[in-house]
Amino acid sequence: MTNSIREIPVSEAFLIIGSNTTENHPVIGSMIKNEVIRKGKKLVVVDPREIELAKYADVYLQIKPGTNIAILNGFMHVILRDGLEAKEYIKTRCEGFDELAATVKKYTPEYVAEICGLDDPEKIVEAAHLLAKTSPMALYYCMGITQFRSGVNGVKSCANLQMILGNLGVAGGGVNPLRGQNNVQGACDMGALNAVYPAYQKVPDEAMKEKFEKAWNATGLSLKPGFTIVESLNAAIAGDVKALYVFGENPVMSDPNQHHVIEALEALDFLVVQDIVLTETAKYADVVLPGFSFLEKEGCVSNTERRVQKMNRVVAPVGDNREDWWIIMQLANRMGHPWKYEKAEDIFEEIRQVTPSYAGITYERMEKELIQWPCPTEEHPGTQYLHKDKFSRGLGLLSGIEYTAPAEEVDPEYPIILTTGRLLEHFHTGTMSRNSRILDAIVPEGYIEVNPNDAQNLNVVDGELVAVSTRRGSIRIKVKVSRRPKDNVVFIPFHFYEACANKLTIDALDPGCKIPEFKVCACKVEKIAV
Amino acid sequence: MGNGNITLTINGEEVTAQKGQTILEAARGNGIFIPTLCYHQKISKTGACRICVVKINDRMIKTSCTEPVTEGMKVETEDEEIVEIRKGILELLLAEGDHNCLYCDANGDCELQSLCYRYGIEPSGSDFPKNTREIDYDSSYGLKRNENRCILCGRCVKACAEIQVKNVWSFAGRGSHAHLTSDISEKIGDSSCVACGTCVQMCPTGALSFQQVLGKGQAWELTKSSSICIYCGVGCKIDFYTNREGQLVKALGCDDGPNNGHLCVKGRFGFDFVQSDKRLKKPLIRKNGNLEEASWDEALDLVVSKFSGYKEKNGPDSIMSFSSAKCTNEENYLLQKFMRAVIGTNNVDHCARL
Ligand code: SF4
Ligand code: SF4
Ligand code: SF4
Ligand code: FES
Repeated sequence: MTNSIREIPVSEAFLIIGSNTTENHPVIGSMIKNEVIRKGKKLVVVDPREIELAKYADVYLQIKPGTNIAILNGFMHVILRDGLEAKEYIKTRCEGFDELAATVKKYTPEYVAEICGLDDPEKIVEAAHLLAKTSPMALYYCMGITQFRSGVNGVKSCANLQMILGNLGVAGGGVNPLRGQNNVQGACDMGALNAVYPAYQKVPDEAMKEKFEKAWNATGLSLKPGFTIVESLNAAIAGDVKALYVFGENPVMSDPNQHHVIEALEALDFLVVQDIVLTETAKYADVVLPGFSFLEKEGCVSNTERRVQKMNRVVAPVGDNREDWWIIMQLANRMGHPWKYEKAEDIFEEIRQVTPSYAGITYERMEKELIQWPCPTEEHPGTQYLHKDKFSRGLGLLSGIEYTAPAEEVDPEYPIILTTGRLLEHFHTGTMSRNSRILDAIVPEGYIEVNPNDAQNLNVVDGELVAVSTRRGSIRIKVKVSRRPKDNVVFIPFHFYEACANKLTIDALDPGCKIPEFKVCACKVEKIAV
Repeated sequence: MGNGNITLTINGEEVTAQKGQTILEAARGNGIFIPTLCYHQKISKTGACRICVVKINDRMIKTSCTEPVTEGMKVETEDEEIVEIRKGILELLLAEGDHNCLYCDANGDCELQSLCYRYGIEPSGSDFPKNTREIDYDSSYGLKRNENRCILCGRCVKACAEIQVKNVWSFAGRGSHAHLTSDISEKIGDSSCVACGTCVQMCPTGALSFQQVLGKGQAWELTKSSSICIYCGVGCKIDFYTNREGQLVKALGCDDGPNNGHLCVKGRFGFDFVQSDKRLKKPLIRKNGNLEEASWDEALDLVVSKFSGYKEKNGPDSIMSFSSAKCTNEENYLLQKFMRAVIGTNNVDHCARL
């Protein structure tokens, strides 16, 4: 998030796009609801499913999955057409405006309504006016923006909108991605990414190579970016990747096109899995290393607003398990690297040395202060919101972005759009939530949400078992008739291995950041003959 | 001092408070105790229970949780008259419900209990008409409800309306027939409740309590330690309670975190997997097709010999690693350092995109 959770009361309006906030980030969802329902703040919701927040929205736009960029361009078209942009802000703080203006020219409300499958183009105008006339306006998004072949462009479009409205770098505004997992932010900050070192310092940069060789007392760091997850699976099938070390992940369940993932795992010569239970992925492993659960370990995590917080040991470890950092250190030691850490804090002290944005953060400060990176020195208070007086690159870059269709569109054979996501009570691949008694009792099994019209056309009823197929696979799953999804769109949560949504999803990737297009593919739903 | 300050006297001592504060807030800010029941700093004020009454300027009796401070005001937080009022309120509350602490979940952690103890109240044994209200221990997976322990303070109503913003609870009936309802008289488990547990956390008595998640333990047997929720990126700070056997008992939202004390159903109830039977307890190595238990040395040496072999023969880029968005910064840092500095490849990624 560019901005902070505690700024929610400062925002006068919210645009929620591609985020089912009350289910996936419930505590933030409640805070936003509070502003809207109890304090009359404005709300625009854009989502293919009629999520809870849609009920409270001033304008709700039920778009076809994969058409975010079109609707955002539509908003910008109206804003520029009616002269509602932040002219001074654009002039002094941004560049590339002409290109943007030229691109959005053709995105008239009528044209956008057509692409997005909306009946009433006037609602686009109404939403755009509301967003432009109420400030500060905060934009929140989640995987419903990013999990597309055009994910990077979706994010850029969000930034475009907020820049032309002057909502970046102000309290209560911002472009606020909601991170889906408790430490996605931190894992990225720490350089657990194929092309960057900690703090996003670039791998193909000689100066960085030198810096880290010195800091790590190592030689021969590679200048070549590595594989991303989905790329590495392809490389395994091609025989280029021989060994895989999976640490606290469950790709069999979490990655698109499960069949393909399993094929890749089977093609490997050697698979190591470090986890807390025997996950679906660990079943394919050659070695399984039992680590600590979150309540057994010490360390820190960085939340969606860049706040770094300390985790503490709550319960004693089980069995013969070891701290995860100890396991990694042992491997390094046994490969001739004499790392010597005695506790998590020793590692954090090293992190501070090489990660400028974390340099001023200490364990002691985390316990006492609300501290958000960037925090370059111990005297620095941390950063509540980014881009205050200028953008990190100087001027904010506006770019013209065209809408592009998803990789797979519906056709007579696969006539329905499938989208996937999470439920309030469960999490990701279910490794934790499905092994929690109460969460499991509340929602014990998966289902497919089908709109009443579609259910009628398919001749299926609530609770009936159906077959859902895509070009990649087929599953059986119970129907839940629900008014939430748009006509001709079905939704499956991906937590349940027995009815595994990712047997169906497509592994088309964004060319820039390689995110898979989980949120849209073509499927068919069939009655199972009895 | 800023110009928003006000000087007043509480129990004969001059104190300062901010304009707009209530007497209760001013007293608490200066470390002076006033008992409360319906008041909670996270919700709007009700002024319903009257336990917090104080004497102002030797004459007026007012509820301190609603009464604003004024310049030169003289406040007495407790004298004989006030003690009598408080005792009267407590006696009535005790008589009206069924408050047997012996089998109450809130025993040792109940605001009514501790005030009764403080003011020396015992059940009157009077023939005050007892209401029999709803007891529902089964309908919800998360909540238990025994309204005979309810003191109608309204904290749950406001917690749900103002913090979770779900409006499940409300009051129905009048006078001695007043009681709680969830939605339109549905069982709490059949209502629109999302089991966030906020109302339970805010209930001053044992009228609302949590379903047992794993271990059991009475208030004074529990140990509290704080950590961060493992699920979504909000990063709620949670106070976890364990019993004498080290088993997890319950989770309460911690006020210091970004959540400001609030939690969702996952943070509230999704922690017992940590102590589930399904946890791995030893390293495993595949032998003749099966995963079998092994020692750490055996497992680590095998990994090292394999990694070294592929590094040598197929080059560092033939080894890949997936790091984890559910693990700490320290662990993620170390894994990428291992891949880069020890293996010699940038083949490290995690599920940021998934
Ligand atoms: S558990 Fe949460 S949603 Fe349910 S009644 Fe209580 S506060 Fe409301
Ligand atoms: S259930 Fe608890 S919080 Fe709600 S009114 Fe009764 S005593 Fe107060
Ligand atoms: S308690 Fe709920 S909202 Fe808070 S971090 Fe956990 S999953 Fe997210
Ligand atoms: S605490 Fe003040 S009236 Fe209840």
